[in-house]
Amino acid sequence: MSDEVQVSRSRGLQIHLFSEKYVLLWVILILSVLSASISPAFLKLQNLMNILWQSSFIGIIAIGATFVMVAGAIDLSVGSLTAFVGGIIVIALNRLVGTGFHIPGAIAFGVGVGIAMGYLTGLLVTKLRVVPFIATLGTMSIFRSLTLYLANGGEFRSLDWSYTVIGMGELAGVPIPVILFLVYGVAAWILLHNTPFGRHLYAVGANERSARYAAIDVDRVRTLAYALSGLSVAVSAVIVSSMLNSVSSSTTGLGFELDAIAAAVIGGTSLSGGRGSILGTVLGVIVLSIIGNMLVMLNVSVYLQGTVKGVIIVTAILAQRRRTS
Amino acid sequence: MKYGVVMAILIILVLSSLTIAQEKTYHIGVAVPAADHGWTGGVIWWAQKAIREWQERDPNLTFTLVTAHNPSEQVAQVKTLMTKGIDALVLLPHESGPLTPIAEEARKKGIFVVCVDRGLLRETAYDVYLAGDNPGLGRMAGEQMAKLLGGKGKIVVIEGLPTQINTERVEGFKEIISQYPDIEILAIQTGYWQRDKSFATMQTLLQKFDRIDAVWAGDDDALLGALQAIKLAKRQDIKFIFGAGGMKEVVKMIMDGDPMVPITITYPPSMIASSISVAVKAIKNEPLFPEFYQNSIPSKIILACEVVNRENAARYYFPDSVY
Repeated sequence: MSDEVQVSRSRGLQIHLFSEKYVLLWVILILSVLSASISPAFLKLQNLMNILWQSSFIGIIAIGATFVMVAGAIDLSVGSLTAFVGGIIVIALNRLVGTGFHIPGAIAFGVGVGIAMGYLTGLLVTKLRVVPFIATLGTMSIFRSLTLYLANGGEFRSLDWSYTVIGMGELAGVPIPVILFLVYGVAAWILLHNTPFGRHLYAVGANERSARYAAIDVDRVRTLAYALSGLSVAVSAVIVSSMLNSVSSSTTGLGFELDAIAAAVIGGTSLSGGRGSILGTVLGVIVLSIIGNMLVMLNVSVYLQGTVKGVIIVTAILAQRRRTS
Repeated sequence: MKYGVVMAILIILVLSSLTIAQEKTYHIGVAVPAADHGWTGGVIWWAQKAIREWQERDPNLTFTLVTAHNPSEQVAQVKTLMTKGIDALVLLPHESGPLTPIAEEARKKGIFVVCVDRGLLRETAYDVYLAGDNPGLGRMAGEQMAKLLGGKGKIVVIEGLPTQINTERVEGFKEIISQYPDIEILAIQTGYWQRDKSFATMQTLLQKFDRIDAVWAGDDDALLGALQAIKLAKRQDIKFIFGAGGMKEVVKMIMDGDPMVPITITYPPSMIASSISVAVKAIKNEPLFPEFYQNSIPSKIILACEVVNRENAARYYFPDSVY
């Protein structure tokens, strides 16, 4: 079976990708038409920009999750790691105020911590052989608890309001988080779809044993996937913390892991590894954001919002499966 | 001779231990949910403060503070506290249902139970119930909204998590607003009492409605997110926004005269500190305060909400609190 996958993938991937993209674009189109016909304000340029903006921080995390999931693992710790790294960035920023490089310094430090934490989580999975679901359930709890401890249950507040220029700023009318999201997406696309490392990720996720026979260092590839997830979380943490110039130790990042995994799965990433694409994940995140935006636009009762969201997600996945099978 | 000395020492030891035992010591257990929100973080801070202050006042008091992430963890913690031996239990239940039986069991063992903020299913489960007034908070927010608007305008509401507490607040708010025919509630949408979610919800509502006069954010954490969205959209039509809770950042804004945030309404996490004091008074068999003519503690205490405005904000500002 694995050999068939190996052989057919190079040929099948193009078609799969195309059909997935096709179905998701339809889903986006149908949701947009539905939303716009009930509330015309949906189509305002600013609203569409807001949707992309609200997609950006989950989207970057979902891209990281895609790497991990393609490699046949999962990372549940991304939400609490966002709060942890966000908190670290704010602490570093406040310590460095007055040095002149406090913003880039704090960001560099946060990114370093993010990568390191992702790498350590990877080692936990690959070297210590803890099942990914359990290992990251553990780190999820650890990161949240450390964040709460550092903030004493309160919040981290940056002393310098100019930090908000990243999360709140615009370049030529496009919010900076959206630009970061697109640039990050393109870089991730190149890495996953056009490098040997990307091909190794697919090989490891599709069939670990044949990947080993093909002399791929499976552990290294998986650990690096987790490090990439950590990097993605750190980039997202920069956006989240600068948007509101603060990080709440209790609520920041809450539920991000589920949104990120849902986005990747809507985008065609397999929970059992070996399948997935950056474009699919990006479109998956946009679908989730459109749903969120639509629920508010159409003034859907808060009690029913979960049902509407769930039905749309399941329908989108069913529609795709029909296409691909 | 030798035996005499030993006997004397023994007698002294026994006597001294008896006199120590005569001075009664009390142990109070405090069980609250873990800090899953700014407000619960505030609860823990105030609990620690009250414990510290009581221990300075009375060395015979000992306290154990436990925090739980879910109801089953809290049940286990209360069981452990009971095994340790406590005279009173101050309980902010994670959820009413699962905590009711264990609270009843504690009470049967003679432990004085103070139930804080979230109710328990049966009245047999507690001696004293001390809580904030959620419908009252909603009504007060409605009255303040009508007053600040001059009885006329279009408003939106960012509500909280779909829970009983949120429903009571929003219903109270709507009850008052319905008395003002010229105030129109354009939309009630949720921000889950979270800053980033409220930011996104407000952003969308700003696109949907071209004219909004005022916003009630329902919570101070949510207010900060919604306010950021308004500032960013540079909307001049919105005259003001307020929340509820009494978060220190928001109280500071009011104190400094922020033109967008005129007031907030308290739902004080310090209620846990008052509850600890109630428990101490009860086990020492003292009245609530000397001029209170009943010796027992009232069985239900509902705290009134208070409006924090620029004039009185300094009284509500605790810079070293986490909330």
